[in-house]
Amino acid sequence: MTRLLLTLLTAILAAVIAASGQAQERMTPAHGGFEAKLEYCKTCHGLSGQGYLGYFAMPRLAGQQPEYIEAQLRAFIERRRSNPVMQNVAHVLSPSMITALANHFHRLNTPPFGGGPRGLIATGKRIYEDGLPEANVPACAACHGAEGKGQNEIPRLAGQVYPYMVGQLTGWRTQRGQGTAVDTSAIMAPTAHNMTRSQIEAVAAYVSHLP
Amino acid sequence: MKRIGLKIAILATVASALSTVSAGAGESAAVRNCTWCHGTGAQGYTVAPRLAGQRRQYIMSQIQSFRMHARNNPFSRQYMWGAVAALDASTAYELANYFASIPPRPANDGDGALASRGRTIYMDGIPEANIVSCYACHGPNAEGIRDIPRLGGLAYFYIKARLEQWGQGYHSTPGSPMPMVATHLGPEEVEALASYLSFVR
Repeated sequence: MTRLLLTLLTAILAAVIAASGQAQERMTPAHGGFEAKLEYCKTCHGLSGQGYLGYFAMPRLAGQQPEYIEAQLRAFIERRRSNPVMQNVAHVLSPSMITALANHFHRLNTPPFGGGPRGLIATGKRIYEDGLPEANVPACAACHGAEGKGQNEIPRLAGQVYPYMVGQLTGWRTQRGQGTAVDTSAIMAPTAHNMTRSQIEAVAAYVSHLP
Repeated sequence: MKRIGLKIAILATVASALSTVSAGAGESAAVRNCTWCHGTGAQGYTVAPRLAGQRRQYIMSQIQSFRMHARNNPFSRQYMWGAVAALDASTAYELANYFASIPPRPANDGDGALASRGRTIYMDGIPEANIVSCYACHGPNAEGIRDIPRLGGLAYFYIKARLEQWGQGYHSTPGSPMPMVATHLGPEEVEALASYLSFVR
Protein backbone atom coordinates (compact mmCIF):
# COMPACT_ATOMS: atom_id res chain seq x y z
CA MET A 1 0.00 0.00 0.00
CA THR A 2 2.69 2.42 1.10
CA ARG A 3 4.77 1.39 -1.82
CA LEU A 4 1.93 1.94 -4.29
CA LEU A 5 1.31 5.40 -2.83
CA LEU A 6 4.99 6.23 -3.09
CA THR A 7 5.09 5.12 -6.74
CA LEU A 8 2.01 7.16 -7.49
CA LEU A 9 3.43 10.25 -5.79
CA THR A 10 6.72 9.87 -7.63
CA ALA A 11 4.86 9.62 -10.93
CA ILE A 12 2.83 12.76 -10.19
CA LEU A 13 5.93 14.62 -9.11
CA ALA A 14 7.76 13.59 -12.26
CA ALA A 15 4.84 14.74 -14.40
CA VAL A 16 4.72 18.10 -12.64
CA ILE A 17 8.45 18.64 -13.03
CA ALA A 18 8.30 17.69 -16.71
CA ALA A 19 5.39 20.07 -17.30
CA SER A 20 7.05 22.98 -15.54
CA GLY A 21 10.26 22.28 -17.44
CA GLN A 22 8.37 22.45 -20.71
CA ALA A 23 6.64 25.63 -19.66
CA GLN A 24 9.95 27.19 -18.77
CA GLU A 25 11.48 26.16 -22.07
CA ARG A 26 8.62 27.80 -23.92
CA MET A 27 8.58 30.88 -21.73
CA THR A 28 12.25 31.66 -21.29
CA PRO A 29 13.24 33.15 -24.65
CA ALA A 30 10.14 35.32 -24.96
CA HIS A 31 10.13 36.25 -21.28
CA GLY A 32 13.85 37.06 -21.16
CA GLY A 33 13.47 39.12 -24.32
CA PHE A 34 10.61 41.04 -22.76
CA GLU A 35 12.37 41.71 -19.46
CA ALA A 36 15.50 42.95 -21.21
CA LYS A 37 13.49 45.22 -23.51
CA LEU A 38 11.47 46.54 -20.58
CA GLU A 39 14.66 47.44 -18.72
CA TYR A 40 15.87 49.16 -21.89
CA CYS A 41 12.70 51.31 -21.98
CA LYS A 42 12.96 52.14 -18.29
CA THR A 43 16.57 53.26 -18.60
CA CYS A 44 15.28 56.43 -20.25
CA HIS A 45 11.62 56.58 -19.22
CA GLY A 46 12.36 56.19 -15.52
CA LEU A 47 12.94 53.11 -13.43
CA SER A 48 9.22 53.06 -12.53
CA GLY A 49 8.05 54.45 -15.87
CA GLN A 50 7.50 57.85 -14.22
CA GLY A 51 9.44 59.73 -16.90
CA TYR A 52 12.93 61.20 -16.64
CA LEU A 53 14.84 64.35 -17.41
CA GLY A 54 17.90 63.64 -19.47
CA TYR A 55 19.25 66.14 -21.97
CA PHE A 56 15.75 65.75 -23.39
CA ALA A 57 12.58 65.21 -21.39
CA MET A 58 11.44 61.56 -21.56
CA PRO A 59 7.72 61.13 -21.14
CA ARG A 60 6.00 59.21 -18.39
CA LEU A 61 4.70 55.84 -19.61
CA ALA A 62 3.24 54.61 -16.32
CA GLY A 63 -0.54 54.28 -16.56
CA GLN A 64 -0.49 55.31 -20.21
CA GLN A 65 -3.24 53.99 -22.49
CA PRO A 66 -1.93 50.93 -24.35
CA GLU A 67 -3.62 51.98 -27.62
CA TYR A 68 -1.84 55.31 -27.42
CA ILE A 69 1.57 53.72 -26.81
CA GLU A 70 1.04 51.33 -29.73
CA ALA A 71 -0.15 54.13 -32.02
CA GLN A 72 2.86 56.31 -31.17
CA LEU A 73 5.37 53.50 -31.67
CA ARG A 74 3.81 52.90 -35.10
CA ALA A 75 4.01 56.64 -35.78
CA PHE A 76 7.75 56.59 -35.00
CA ILE A 77 8.27 53.58 -37.26
CA GLU A 78 6.32 55.16 -40.10
CA ARG A 79 7.97 58.54 -39.49
CA ARG A 80 4.72 60.35 -38.84
CA ARG A 81 6.20 61.43 -35.54
CA SER A 82 9.76 62.66 -35.75
CA ASN A 83 12.23 61.87 -33.01
CA PRO A 84 15.76 60.70 -33.83
CA VAL A 85 16.07 58.40 -30.83
CA MET A 86 12.61 56.82 -30.86
CA GLN A 87 12.68 56.07 -34.57
CA ASN A 88 15.62 53.70 -34.02
CA VAL A 89 14.15 52.33 -30.82
CA ALA A 90 10.76 51.53 -32.34
CA HIS A 91 11.73 49.98 -35.63
CA VAL A 92 13.23 46.85 -34.04
CA LEU A 93 10.14 46.13 -31.91
CA SER A 94 7.90 43.27 -33.04
CA PRO A 95 4.12 43.83 -32.90
CA SER A 96 3.79 41.34 -30.03
CA MET A 97 6.57 43.07 -28.09
CA ILE A 98 4.85 46.42 -28.59
CA THR A 99 1.60 45.00 -27.21
CA ALA A 100 3.35 43.41 -24.23
CA LEU A 101 5.24 46.62 -23.38
CA ALA A 102 2.13 48.79 -23.77
CA ASN A 103 0.13 46.52 -21.46
CA HIS A 104 2.90 46.47 -18.88
CA PHE A 105 3.27 50.25 -18.71
CA HIS A 106 -0.51 50.67 -18.57
CA ARG A 107 -0.59 48.66 -15.34
CA LEU A 108 2.10 50.73 -13.57
CA ASN A 109 0.76 53.13 -11.01
CA THR A 110 3.65 55.45 -10.18
CA PRO A 111 3.41 58.83 -8.42
CA PRO A 112 3.99 61.85 -10.69
CA PHE A 113 7.57 62.81 -11.55
CA GLY A 114 6.70 66.31 -10.33
CA GLY A 115 8.53 69.56 -10.91
CA GLY A 116 5.88 71.62 -12.72
CA PRO A 117 5.61 75.17 -11.29
CA ARG A 118 2.91 75.05 -8.62
CA GLY A 119 2.01 78.68 -9.07
CA LEU A 120 0.49 77.88 -12.47
CA ILE A 121 -1.72 75.01 -11.33
CA ALA A 122 -4.90 77.05 -10.72
CA THR A 123 -4.79 78.72 -14.16
CA GLY A 124 -3.96 75.39 -15.76
CA LYS A 125 -6.89 73.68 -14.06
CA ARG A 126 -9.26 76.34 -15.42
CA ILE A 127 -7.99 75.91 -18.98
CA TYR A 128 -8.01 72.13 -18.63
CA GLU A 129 -11.62 72.03 -17.46
CA ASP A 130 -13.15 74.94 -19.41
CA GLY A 131 -10.91 75.42 -22.43
CA LEU A 132 -10.27 78.87 -23.89
CA PRO A 133 -13.52 79.76 -25.69
CA GLU A 134 -12.11 83.09 -26.98
CA ALA A 135 -9.18 81.24 -28.63
CA ASN A 136 -11.28 78.32 -29.87
CA VAL A 137 -9.46 75.88 -27.61
CA PRO A 138 -11.72 73.10 -26.33
CA ALA A 139 -11.54 71.86 -22.75
CA CYS A 140 -8.77 69.28 -22.43
CA ALA A 141 -11.05 67.34 -20.09
CA ALA A 142 -13.53 66.75 -22.92
CA CYS A 143 -11.21 64.18 -24.52
CA HIS A 144 -8.52 63.43 -21.95
CA GLY A 145 -11.04 62.96 -19.14
CA ALA A 146 -11.73 64.93 -15.97
CA GLU A 147 -8.88 63.12 -14.21
CA GLY A 148 -6.53 63.21 -17.19
CA LYS A 149 -6.46 59.44 -17.58
CA GLY A 150 -7.18 59.44 -21.34
CA GLN A 151 -8.95 56.65 -23.21
CA ASN A 152 -8.03 54.39 -26.12
CA GLU A 153 -5.75 56.36 -28.46
CA ILE A 154 -6.21 59.55 -26.44
CA PRO A 155 -3.27 59.72 -24.04
CA ARG A 156 -3.24 59.91 -20.29
CA LEU A 157 -1.86 63.31 -19.29
CA ALA A 158 -2.02 62.85 -15.51
CA GLY A 159 1.47 63.00 -14.04
CA GLN A 160 3.13 63.74 -17.36
CA VAL A 161 6.58 65.31 -17.11
CA TYR A 162 6.25 69.12 -17.25
CA PRO A 163 8.98 70.02 -19.79
CA TYR A 164 7.83 67.15 -22.00
CA MET A 165 4.27 68.51 -22.08
CA VAL A 166 5.49 72.03 -22.83
CA GLY A 167 7.79 70.70 -25.56
CA GLN A 168 5.06 68.68 -27.26
CA LEU A 169 2.47 71.46 -27.23
CA THR A 170 4.91 74.14 -28.42
CA GLY A 171 6.51 71.95 -31.09
CA TRP A 172 3.43 70.05 -32.27
CA ARG A 173 3.57 70.96 -35.94
CA THR A 174 7.24 70.11 -36.35
CA GLN A 175 7.19 66.80 -34.47
CA ARG A 176 3.80 65.20 -34.68
CA GLY A 177 0.84 64.38 -36.83
CA GLN A 178 2.86 64.00 -40.04
CA GLY A 179 0.25 62.18 -42.10
CA THR A 180 -3.06 63.33 -40.77
CA ALA A 181 -5.17 60.71 -42.53
CA VAL A 182 -4.10 57.92 -40.18
CA ASP A 183 -3.21 59.90 -37.10
CA THR A 184 -5.98 60.78 -34.66
CA SER A 185 -3.63 63.19 -32.90
CA ALA A 186 -3.97 65.55 -35.88
CA ILE A 187 -6.76 67.23 -33.93
CA MET A 188 -4.11 68.60 -31.57
CA ALA A 189 -2.40 70.72 -34.24
CA PRO A 190 -4.95 73.58 -34.31
CA THR A 191 -5.57 73.21 -30.57
CA ALA A 192 -1.90 73.58 -29.68
CA HIS A 193 -1.48 76.35 -32.25
CA ASN A 194 -4.16 78.48 -30.60
CA MET A 195 -2.57 78.37 -27.17
CA THR A 196 -0.01 80.89 -25.98
CA ARG A 197 3.22 79.79 -24.35
CA SER A 198 2.00 80.78 -20.89
CA GLN A 199 -1.31 78.96 -21.37
CA ILE A 200 0.60 75.85 -22.43
CA GLU A 201 2.83 76.11 -19.36
CA ALA A 202 -0.20 76.44 -17.09
CA VAL A 203 -1.91 73.33 -18.48
CA ALA A 204 1.37 71.41 -18.37
CA ALA A 205 1.89 72.40 -14.73
CA TYR A 206 -1.65 71.32 -13.82
CA VAL A 207 -1.50 67.87 -15.40
CA SER A 208 2.06 67.25 -14.15
CA HIS A 209 0.70 67.18 -10.60
CA LEU A 210 -2.37 65.01 -11.31
CA PRO A 211 -1.99 61.62 -9.63
CA MET B 1 64.11 61.80 0.58
CA LYS B 2 63.91 61.51 -3.15
CA ARG B 3 60.11 61.22 -2.89
CA ILE B 4 59.82 64.31 -0.76
CA GLY B 5 61.88 66.18 -3.29
CA LEU B 6 59.52 65.06 -6.05
CA LYS B 7 56.48 66.11 -4.07
CA ILE B 8 57.95 69.53 -3.45
CA ALA B 9 58.66 69.85 -7.15
CA ILE B 10 55.05 68.93 -7.98
CA LEU B 11 53.72 71.32 -5.35
CA ALA B 12 55.84 74.09 -6.81
CA THR B 13 54.39 73.37 -10.24
CA VAL B 14 50.88 73.38 -8.79
CA ALA B 15 51.51 76.67 -7.05
CA SER B 16 52.96 78.36 -10.11
CA ALA B 17 50.09 77.18 -12.28
CA LEU B 18 47.55 78.39 -9.75
CA SER B 19 49.05 81.85 -9.63
CA THR B 20 47.79 82.30 -13.18
CA VAL B 21 44.24 81.24 -12.27
CA SER B 22 41.72 83.94 -11.56
CA ALA B 23 41.05 85.16 -8.05
CA GLY B 24 38.51 83.73 -5.61
CA ALA B 25 38.38 80.00 -5.14
CA GLY B 26 41.34 79.65 -7.50
CA GLU B 27 43.77 80.64 -4.79
CA SER B 28 42.38 78.47 -2.07
CA ALA B 29 43.93 75.48 -0.36
CA ALA B 30 40.72 73.59 -1.17
CA VAL B 31 41.42 73.91 -4.91
CA ARG B 32 45.02 72.82 -4.41
CA ASN B 33 43.80 69.71 -2.62
CA CYS B 34 41.81 68.76 -5.73
CA THR B 35 44.33 69.69 -8.41
CA TRP B 36 47.06 67.74 -6.64
CA CYS B 37 45.47 64.66 -8.25
CA HIS B 38 43.10 66.05 -10.91
CA GLY B 39 45.88 67.89 -12.73
CA THR B 40 47.29 71.36 -12.24
CA GLY B 41 44.84 72.85 -14.72
CA ALA B 42 42.06 70.47 -13.52
CA GLN B 43 42.22 68.77 -16.93
CA GLY B 44 42.57 65.33 -15.34
CA TYR B 45 45.67 63.28 -14.62
CA THR B 46 46.04 59.49 -14.94
CA VAL B 47 43.15 57.91 -12.98
CA ALA B 48 41.74 61.22 -11.71
CA PRO B 49 39.16 62.59 -14.15
CA ARG B 50 39.11 66.05 -15.66
CA LEU B 51 37.06 68.47 -13.55
CA ALA B 52 37.42 71.45 -15.89
CA GLY B 53 34.11 72.23 -17.59
CA GLN B 54 32.26 69.53 -15.67
CA ARG B 55 28.65 70.35 -14.70
CA ARG B 56 28.42 72.11 -11.34
CA GLN B 57 25.46 70.03 -10.17
CA TYR B 58 27.21 66.84 -11.22
CA ILE B 59 30.35 67.69 -9.26
CA MET B 60 28.21 68.43 -6.22
CA SER B 61 26.21 65.24 -6.58
CA GLN B 62 29.40 63.20 -6.81
CA ILE B 63 30.90 64.87 -3.74
CA GLN B 64 27.69 63.85 -1.99
CA SER B 65 27.96 60.30 -3.37
CA PHE B 66 31.53 59.98 -2.09
CA ARG B 67 30.42 61.29 1.28
CA MET B 68 27.58 58.75 1.45
CA HIS B 69 29.94 56.05 0.16
CA ALA B 70 27.45 55.41 -2.67
CA ARG B 71 30.15 55.88 -5.31
CA ASN B 72 32.17 52.88 -4.30
CA ASN B 73 34.66 51.84 -6.98
CA PRO B 74 38.19 51.12 -5.73
CA PHE B 75 39.72 54.53 -6.53
CA SER B 76 36.74 56.30 -5.00
CA ARG B 77 37.18 54.33 -1.78
CA GLN B 78 40.90 54.83 -1.78
CA TYR B 79 41.03 58.56 -2.54
CA MET B 80 37.70 60.34 -2.70
CA TRP B 81 35.94 59.07 0.42
CA GLY B 82 38.68 60.59 2.53
CA ALA B 83 39.11 63.65 0.33
CA VAL B 84 35.52 64.86 0.76
CA ALA B 85 35.02 63.80 4.38
CA ALA B 86 35.89 67.23 5.76
CA LEU B 87 34.37 69.32 2.94
CA ASP B 88 31.56 71.57 4.13
CA ALA B 89 28.63 72.33 1.83
CA SER B 90 29.63 75.88 0.94
CA THR B 91 33.20 74.89 0.03
CA ALA B 92 31.82 72.04 -2.09
CA TYR B 93 29.59 74.53 -3.90
CA GLU B 94 32.47 76.94 -4.50
CA LEU B 95 34.73 74.19 -5.78
CA ALA B 96 32.04 72.89 -8.10
CA ASN B 97 31.41 76.38 -9.46
CA TYR B 98 35.11 77.01 -9.90
CA PHE B 99 35.89 73.81 -11.78
CA ALA B 100 32.75 74.10 -13.91
CA SER B 101 33.95 77.52 -15.09
CA ILE B 102 37.33 76.30 -16.44
CA PRO B 103 37.26 75.60 -20.23
CA PRO B 104 37.77 71.84 -20.75
CA ARG B 105 40.35 70.38 -23.13
CA PRO B 106 39.76 67.03 -24.82
CA ALA B 107 42.03 64.15 -23.78
CA ASN B 108 42.30 62.87 -27.39
CA ASP B 109 43.72 59.59 -26.09
CA GLY B 110 41.29 57.06 -27.57
CA ASP B 111 41.71 54.85 -30.62
CA GLY B 112 40.91 57.06 -33.62
CA ALA B 113 39.93 54.03 -35.68
CA LEU B 114 37.05 53.28 -33.29
CA ALA B 115 35.72 56.83 -33.06
CA SER B 116 33.11 56.63 -35.79
CA ARG B 117 31.71 53.36 -34.42
CA GLY B 118 31.63 55.01 -31.01
CA ARG B 119 29.76 57.99 -32.37
CA THR B 120 27.08 55.74 -33.88
CA ILE B 121 26.57 53.97 -30.55
CA TYR B 122 26.56 57.31 -28.73
CA MET B 123 23.85 58.76 -30.97
CA ASP B 124 21.63 55.75 -31.76
CA GLY B 125 22.53 53.10 -29.22
CA ILE B 126 22.07 49.55 -30.51
CA PRO B 127 18.32 48.96 -30.17
CA GLU B 128 18.60 45.28 -31.19
CA ALA B 129 20.94 44.69 -28.25
CA ASN B 130 19.00 46.91 -25.83
CA ILE B 131 21.85 49.41 -25.71
CA VAL B 132 20.38 52.86 -25.17
CA SER B 133 21.36 56.09 -26.91
CA CYS B 134 23.79 58.12 -24.77
CA TYR B 135 22.72 61.26 -26.63
CA ALA B 136 19.22 61.22 -25.09
CA CYS B 137 20.62 62.07 -21.66
CA HIS B 138 24.15 63.43 -22.23
CA GLY B 139 23.23 65.70 -25.16
CA PRO B 140 24.20 66.05 -28.81
CA ASN B 141 27.75 67.13 -28.04
CA ALA B 142 28.20 65.05 -24.88
CA GLU B 143 28.06 68.30 -22.94
CA GLY B 144 25.79 67.03 -20.14
CA ILE B 145 23.14 69.05 -18.37
CA ARG B 146 22.27 69.72 -14.72
CA ASP B 147 23.59 66.72 -12.76
CA ILE B 148 24.17 64.65 -15.90
CA PRO B 149 27.91 64.83 -16.57
CA ARG B 150 29.77 66.22 -19.56
CA LEU B 151 31.49 63.25 -21.21
CA GLY B 152 33.04 64.96 -24.23
CA GLY B 153 36.82 64.95 -24.01
CA LEU B 154 37.13 62.84 -20.84
CA ALA B 155 40.09 60.46 -20.87
CA TYR B 156 39.67 57.09 -22.61
CA PHE B 157 40.77 55.10 -19.58
CA TYR B 158 38.46 56.96 -17.24
CA ILE B 159 35.33 56.41 -19.34
CA LYS B 160 36.27 52.81 -20.02
CA ALA B 161 36.86 52.15 -16.33
CA ARG B 162 33.58 53.73 -15.26
CA LEU B 163 31.52 51.78 -17.78
CA GLU B 164 33.24 48.55 -16.74
CA GLN B 165 32.75 49.27 -13.05
CA TRP B 166 29.01 49.82 -13.44
CA GLY B 167 28.82 46.53 -15.28
CA GLN B 168 30.61 44.91 -12.35
CA GLY B 169 28.07 46.24 -9.86
CA TYR B 170 29.77 49.38 -8.55
CA HIS B 171 27.45 52.32 -8.04
CA SER B 172 27.50 56.08 -8.13
CA THR B 173 24.51 58.36 -7.66
CA PRO B 174 21.53 56.57 -6.10
CA GLY B 175 18.81 56.08 -8.73
CA SER B 176 21.21 56.51 -11.65
CA PRO B 177 20.28 54.38 -14.67
CA MET B 178 23.99 53.87 -15.51
CA PRO B 179 24.41 50.41 -13.93
CA MET B 180 21.54 49.25 -16.17
CA VAL B 181 23.05 50.93 -19.21
CA ALA B 182 26.47 49.41 -18.62
CA THR B 183 25.36 45.81 -18.14
CA HIS B 184 24.32 45.72 -21.80
CA LEU B 185 27.64 47.06 -23.14
CA GLY B 186 30.27 44.60 -24.34
CA PRO B 187 34.03 45.33 -24.33
CA GLU B 188 33.97 46.43 -27.98
CA GLU B 189 31.18 48.93 -27.38
CA VAL B 190 32.94 50.29 -24.29
CA GLU B 191 36.18 50.80 -26.21
CA ALA B 192 34.40 52.46 -29.13
CA LEU B 193 32.44 54.82 -26.86
CA ALA B 194 35.45 55.74 -24.73
CA SER B 195 37.51 56.36 -27.87
CA TYR B 196 34.88 58.56 -29.50
CA LEU B 197 34.23 60.58 -26.37
CA SER B 198 37.92 61.29 -25.75
CA PHE B 199 37.99 63.32 -28.98
CA VAL B 200 34.78 65.32 -28.48
CA ARG B 201 35.43 68.96 -27.79
